[in-house]
Amino acid sequence: MALLRIDNLQYLDFPVVNLHLAAGESISVSGPSGVGKSLLLRAIADLDPHSGHIFFDNIECASMSPAEWRGKVGLLLPESQWWEDIVAHHFPGNILEDPAASIWTERLNLNKSIFSSQTSRLSSGERQRLALIRLLLNSPQVLLLDEPTASLDTINTEQVENLIAEYLNERNASAIWVSHNTEQAQRVASRHFCFKGKVLLPCEPVLEGK
Amino acid sequence: MNVIPLTPLDLSLCAILVLLLAASSVRLKIGIHKQLLISAVRCTVQLLLVGLVLKFLFASQQFIWLIIMATIMLLVAGHAVCARQQRPLKGWWMYGIGTLSMCISSFTVTYFALQVIISSTPWYTPQYAIPLLGMLLGNTMNGIAISIDRLTQSAWQQRAIIEQRLALGHTRSTALSTITKDSMRSGMIPIINTMATTGIVSLPGMMTGQILAGSLPIEAVKYQILIIFLIAVGTGFGVIAAVQLTGRRLFDERQRLRLDRYN
Repeated sequence: MALLRIDNLQYLDFPVVNLHLAAGESISVSGPSGVGKSLLLRAIADLDPHSGHIFFDNIECASMSPAEWRGKVGLLLPESQWWEDIVAHHFPGNILEDPAASIWTERLNLNKSIFSSQTSRLSSGERQRLALIRLLLNSPQVLLLDEPTASLDTINTEQVENLIAEYLNERNASAIWVSHNTEQAQRVASRHFCFKGKVLLPCEPVLEGK
Repeated sequence: MNVIPLTPLDLSLCAILVLLLAASSVRLKIGIHKQLLISAVRCTVQLLLVGLVLKFLFASQQFIWLIIMATIMLLVAGHAVCARQQRPLKGWWMYGIGTLSMCISSFTVTYFALQVIISSTPWYTPQYAIPLLGMLLGNTMNGIAISIDRLTQSAWQQRAIIEQRLALGHTRSTALSTITKDSMRSGMIPIINTMATTGIVSLPGMMTGQILAGSLPIEAVKYQILIIFLIAVGTGFGVIAAVQLTGRRLFDERQRLRLDRYN
């Protein structure tokens, strides 16, 4: 049974999208930048108007409150936003005493003191990793990951990939990875989709130069 | 003590001062003489007209004329609110929200003051109703215009943050809460500052007018306190209503930020 079922999803001037995502399954979506990968994820997270039906665990999106839907189907935006002065204020409760957060922080090579620092001082790589922790603490069952390692070096990219894989495995959760990097797509996903023009088609990621 | 009537000659003398200022503007190339003169003429004509209207209204004491006058004032105020928006909403929304918020705050507060506090008979005695409503509308209009402008501008600038918060499962009102608070505050700060400094920095125009017209200072002061409280309440509730209604309009039924609803 599909954890996330997308039936005749239609947004902006894109053709209809149909997609089934089993529990625990990861798929990749690639294509040149500006082709609409982010828009697809935004439509699934119900941030942009769309027609068609999306089901999470057989419950239709429209029959859930928007906040509940976005809690279960968690979107990691390509550029995370931070609106409070202090990092910790973006997290629910006392982040320093959250056991999951402590483990993830360490795994992603971040120091705990980062939570008491000012958001304006974060580097783009720190922001990206913190945004992932912030999202995972919401316990989403479906992860919509929009270039989650774009500002990370190879070591941290690997850490993020491993952490997400573990998360999906532990919770039997699913993910849609948007990635430019075909090698990454092969590492993290079992099925692959590409945008050909505006059409989303199943494809095999082509390894460049190989 | 009676008010000393002003003759046309008195006003002409004063107008000469304005002309002098205009001449200086030409001389010093400040370039505001045209605007200054047009505004001075507008002010004269508008006030003379409203004087005639009030004379008629006070003489007739008919409720229906009062309603017509109040409606015109409200509609013009609604227009002024829209005119000050840098990023107005599409269609009639801005006008509707502005007018509705002013209507529920100014009209209710004026009615309360007339009926319960001043208790003139009949309650709609135009000598009390029109000046009160005018002062309330004027101030509420400013507060509402400022706060809506702040809200729509901030939402535009901070759209990425709002959508980030929505994506994290925040509700519409939580995602907008920082901006909402900020906008309400900016609409209410002017009247709060006025209350804090009035009597020290400046004497309010209404009180000055009453004293010039021969009222005892303490009587004038009591009316001024009443008016300023009413204005604070009217502005405050008007701003709250306007910000809530506008904030709602920025999202659709699925709580998506819809900036395509801007003009």
